[in-house]
Amino acid sequence: MSPAWTIGLCLAMPVVGALLVALTGRWPNVREGMTALASLATLALVTTLVGPVLGGEQPEWLVVADLLPGVPLAFRVEPLGMLYALVAAGLWPVTSLYAVGYMRGHHETNQTRFFVCFALAIFAALGIAFAANLGTLFFFYEVLTLSTYPLVTHHQNPEARRSGRIYLGILIGTSVGLLLLAIAWTYAKAGTLDFRAGGILAGNVAPAALPLLLGLYAYGCGKAALMPLHRWLPNAMVAPTPVSALLHAVAVVKAGVFSILKIVVYVFGIDLLAETGASEWLMWVATFTLLMGSLIAFRQDNLKARLAYSTIAQLAYIVLGAALVTPEGIIGGGLHIATHAVGKITLFFCAGAIMVAAHKKNVSELDGLGRTMPLTMGAFFVASLSIIGVPPLGGSWSKWFLALGAADEHAVFVAALMISSLLNIGYLIPIPIRAFFFPPKPDDHGGHGEDHGDHGHGHAHTHEGPGGHGRTGLLAGEAPWACVVPLCLTAAGCVALFFLAHLVVRLIAPITGGAG
Amino acid sequence: MVSQASAFVVGVVSTVAFFALFLGSRETRHEVTDDQEHLFYAAYLLCLAGLLGMAITGDAFNVFVFLEISSLSSYALVAMGNRRRAFSAAFNYLILGTIGGTFVLIGIGLLYQVTGTLNAQDIAQRVQTLENVAHDTHNRTLLVAFAFMVVGLGLKLAVFPLHQWLPGAYAEAPAAVSAFLAGTATKVIYFQLLRTTVVFFGAAHVFGALRFGSHVLMPLSVVGMFVGSLAAVYQPTLKRMLAYSSVGQVGYLTLALSFGTEEGVTAGLLHLGAHALTKAGLFVVVAVIVAGIGSNRIGALAGLGKRMPLTAFAFVLGGVGLIGVPGTAGFISKWALLQAAFDSEHYVVAGLVLLSSLVAVVYVWRIVEVMYFRAPDPDAAPITFGRTVEDKLAITAAVVLLGATLVFGLFPAQVHELAADAAHQLFLEPEAVVSPLPVHGGAHR
Repeated sequence: MSPAWTIGLCLAMPVVGALLVALTGRWPNVREGMTALASLATLALVTTLVGPVLGGEQPEWLVVADLLPGVPLAFRVEPLGMLYALVAAGLWPVTSLYAVGYMRGHHETNQTRFFVCFALAIFAALGIAFAANLGTLFFFYEVLTLSTYPLVTHHQNPEARRSGRIYLGILIGTSVGLLLLAIAWTYAKAGTLDFRAGGILAGNVAPAALPLLLGLYAYGCGKAALMPLHRWLPNAMVAPTPVSALLHAVAVVKAGVFSILKIVVYVFGIDLLAETGASEWLMWVATFTLLMGSLIAFRQDNLKARLAYSTIAQLAYIVLGAALVTPEGIIGGGLHIATHAVGKITLFFCAGAIMVAAHKKNVSELDGLGRTMPLTMGAFFVASLSIIGVPPLGGSWSKWFLALGAADEHAVFVAALMISSLLNIGYLIPIPIRAFFFPPKPDDHGGHGEDHGDHGHGHAHTHEGPGGHGRTGLLAGEAPWACVVPLCLTAAGCVALFFLAHLVVRLIAPITGGAG
Repeated sequence: MVSQASAFVVGVVSTVAFFALFLGSRETRHEVTDDQEHLFYAAYLLCLAGLLGMAITGDAFNVFVFLEISSLSSYALVAMGNRRRAFSAAFNYLILGTIGGTFVLIGIGLLYQVTGTLNAQDIAQRVQTLENVAHDTHNRTLLVAFAFMVVGLGLKLAVFPLHQWLPGAYAEAPAAVSAFLAGTATKVIYFQLLRTTVVFFGAAHVFGALRFGSHVLMPLSVVGMFVGSLAAVYQPTLKRMLAYSSVGQVGYLTLALSFGTEEGVTAGLLHLGAHALTKAGLFVVVAVIVAGIGSNRIGALAGLGKRMPLTAFAFVLGGVGLIGVPGTAGFISKWALLQAAFDSEHYVVAGLVLLSSLVAVVYVWRIVEVMYFRAPDPDAAPITFGRTVEDKLAITAAVVLLGATLVFGLFPAQVHELAADAAHQLFLEPEAVVSPLPVHGGAHR
């Protein structure tokens, strides 16, 4: 199969999945089977691209010669995009399984629409990952915003509508008002929008204008949630938890920081930024965001809100890595896309599982929950350690590289990273401590046991294969197995990433070499 | 010889007119009484003839004749709306339209007096000679002729602040007429404005020496973009909202022209096509909504996402086209507009264009929220739309028009090339276009 075909199939698979889901909406189990098939097929296809990319190839696919005059709709799989696609596609099947458990356990309505939009969002994320130029990237960026809007406003109540307004207002506002302006500016000056090693702006834009242009890009990618344009993310938490997990910890937010990374590397070129110092201010903004995000997370009692602010802070790490414009910084940023994704999705899975099984949303209510939900809280603990950056968990590597990237010339940011890690400990670790070591509060306790009983069997016949059900003894107080298995898998992923990080580094290291 | 730009406009106009008539067969039954139906079709065709004639003619006086044919019949068409307000809207349109038409006539008269010809290409050539002779002291008659023509066309085009007639006329006309006029009338007038400025009087003169673009048209366009879009946010009915949105979109059209460059005119022609299809498609969708729920008040749209899911979706599709989301034709033209702005170094204007399209997000999303987030009225009558042949025709029209915006949004290469060629041809020196035939009436001077 030629590489172009593979790319095409990668992109087509989620769309086909969305269509099949829409057509089989009447039979929930068949519908879920379709999601599973599409997600696994997508993952398999994306994986086949890894080999060539590791070998130094960059498979290409030209779809339409002129999306805009001189700007083709084209895809090229370069290392950074490969990594992002792998993260999004790799976590999709897991999240699908989780979503089935969650949506049924939580008695959500409009599940067909939910799974259709979910698949379309993955399609958009892959499009962003593989985009060969800014025009294609922008196209899929907007598709991602529009396809996730119905997911954010899933409950269609006034709160969802309000959050939807903020979501759309900030994301469309920044992308149209700033990103598109920056892209048009780039095209007017450089005459091309292609992502090229070493950038396309050198010699085309006056150095004095570079910080402004970088600002348009950094804030134009509003999905990166750089302060003060971060408010959409906590608001997006009204969505069902699988959405928060895959989209607002992985696909959507990472689309923002990934775009910034890609733009820094392939549009500006790290040499240009390093020489002119145009990204100096962005380091400070990112540092401010990562410290403020952590501080605000402290004050959130709502678990999902706390995780959302934590995400804002963690995204700023990646922006910082990009703004440092050192090879280690870029590698650290890229690596953090993967490690934070796996860690944060686990945390959201846990938050959702707690909502389904124990009907609790706030940190202060979690006392003693470790006794009834040991697997969930154990996974939460592991993922927290990964976010903090403790070995032997994946997160330690990305922080290591980021610190290395800063150490040479911007040692002050190393200090910021360390302070931030302390803050991470402060707002994450008390949660498992409360769950495992505090005595349960006397109030509402019953309920969830039988609640689980109902739904545990409700989807024992999903197409996800055997195993899991029938273990009601061990899982007595836990969420349905379809929720618990995924979160254990991703927690294991946090550990695995520690040992596999060198592969990721080998994958993305060439981009910094190519530029320098 | 028909210029490429004429051909482009004629193509757009006849396409929209054809599909808007799909709606006519149904809507006339509701909105036009039986004894008027034959008059409706006659007026519709007359109006179309006038518009096509105006786009295709190479004679300045014929421009006026066709302008009046299309205008008079469009007053009649607007007056056929089923509410009494249609009369006042039509009357308003009639008064302002007649003033505009008269101004155009005066301008053409003066032009004839100076140049001694009515042939478009000869006018262009002679004006240029005159301008070269009177290099620094502008020929005053020419200047007055230009002013009359531009103001007259501006009135017919609804350039801010001459747009007062448009919302009423679009909102009160029968649905088919709204779709037809929104997609054609202002577009043809815009083409006349292009010809007047770029060809008759010469781009170098109008945008260079007179600074018509930077000092007159650009500020008015930018204000118009915002005023139209902001007003659209506060309208109580869909048709009025779309009408005010048109005022804003006219701002984009004239802004594109105001750069006075080939890129600008390319963008203008592209936006002409994109907006014609999008807006006509949206008016067709509104007609379908009216047929389904009997009202186009925004409050009545509650729960439409459930009650008429495909129609609601079509409206969203057209709405994102108005905003200019990538993948729609609206994005292609907006991109061209941005490039034109950057090429002529109007960076702030480029930012303002994007800012105003964010206002479009607001007025479109306001409708989306009502359609998808408000529960339908429990005692609303069930929807019987979609059974008859007429209903299916209306749906077909919406699908074709909005589908076309997607096709052009994803595969814009040919259309873009066409627009760029057409713009290039307009900007050619008149000698290159003009036929070497002796000029009629040349003996006067």
